[in-house]
Amino acid sequence: MKPAAFDYVRAEGATEALEVLHAEGANARVLAGGQSLLPMLNMRLARPAVLVDIMAVTEWRRVDDDGSHLRIGAAVRQVEIEQRADLARRQPLLAAALPWVGHAQTRSRGTVCGSVAHADPSAELPLVLVALDGRVHLRSRRRARQVPATGFFTGMMATARADDEIIEAVSLPCAKPGTGYAFREVSRRHGDFAIIACAAVVGERGARLAVGGVADRPVTRDLPAPGSPGLPDALNQFAWDLDARDDLHATARYRREMVRRIGREVIEEAQRCRA
Amino acid sequence: MPRLSADRRHQVSFTLNGRAAAGEAEPRMLLTDFLRHVIGATGTHVGCEHGVCGACTVQINGHPARACLTLAVQVQGADIKTVEGLAPAPERLSVLQESFREHHALQCGFCTAGILMSLDSLFRDKPDAAEAEIRETLAGHLCRCTGYAPIMKAAVAAQKKLRTGTEGPANA
Repeated sequence: MKPAAFDYVRAEGATEALEVLHAEGANARVLAGGQSLLPMLNMRLARPAVLVDIMAVTEWRRVDDDGSHLRIGAAVRQVEIEQRADLARRQPLLAAALPWVGHAQTRSRGTVCGSVAHADPSAELPLVLVALDGRVHLRSRRRARQVPATGFFTGMMATARADDEIIEAVSLPCAKPGTGYAFREVSRRHGDFAIIACAAVVGERGARLAVGGVADRPVTRDLPAPGSPGLPDALNQFAWDLDARDDLHATARYRREMVRRIGREVIEEAQRCRA
Repeated sequence: MPRLSADRRHQVSFTLNGRAAAGEAEPRMLLTDFLRHVIGATGTHVGCEHGVCGACTVQINGHPARACLTLAVQVQGADIKTVEGLAPAPERLSVLQESFREHHALQCGFCTAGILMSLDSLFRDKPDAAEAEIRETLAGHLCRCTGYAPIMKAAVAAQKKLRTGTEGPANA
């Protein structure tokens, strides 16, 4: 349970970090908070030749709120977002989900972008990003580009990021008036991996439900408005379409039932929060 | 741009429990092993080595963190507090430690160092933390002896003492 050997680069600026990624490609991994990467290194599921530590890159330590979007830089720790006094007002879904990300002892170091890069199918932050139609800002020496969150996650721990790219930020829309948000998670203990996590966004145009922990990536679907007769059938169809599997923690049948039940509950809760 | 080579040891300087400390580490060395084997501070325990059990929890720049999910080279210049930094004097326990003893909050003691570091940080940042918050903090730790009930009792009692007592939170 010790990492294999690697070189360690403490990047002092974005250009330097991107230069290493450009030169080393898939042999390099970005090290931010390390709360997803270190377990992978310790278990030798990842054996990079070089780690690029980006926590000293000041331009990636920024959080920008331009009134419509919250943009969170690559080196911003989860605890820094969690402790923002206005977070529950600016983006209630993110505020509701953050306490479920790992434990306080990992949020103190883990970054928001790092969790997105790791793309665990049961992770809360990718789920929130997908539910809100957030964007992933990628940058390499060659180019900068943005990918919609819904297209970024391509499978179990797989993303649209190229080997020489870094997630330099994620951005998500701030709360809109007349829209309600809700989050719920089922896990064995608080802080364990989600057996299922649901995020709902309910506005004038209906309900949107995102589900994590069931498919190989967070999946979102537009559903009929809460209270409408078509909702239970639509939820049931969604539950089946997620192609749940049995594992150590829960059966596929249990997960489908949770999508139907918790899904309905979060949609109703989001509806109540629409004030 | 400093590039630390995989097969060499590199100087890491930091503050440990208020004192300057330094040692040499390869890039792949975890903070747990660095503290225990290089620095010789064996109070921090090593359990699962993938961030689940919480035995290795220390404080890095005031925040509780898993030493097993931290590389030694990452703490260059950081302020680290370990269980060795809790007791105010060699023959005296901190309020929190004393409370653990009074309430039988440990049996084998393997998880204890990490739990103490998490609670120490919680009570410093949130002296009025609700019981639910204490439980949430403990959720980041595995204890297979006590069933957690005595740990909760000890934590609540220590919190009360720290809020009302003569000893300030600095001695948490």
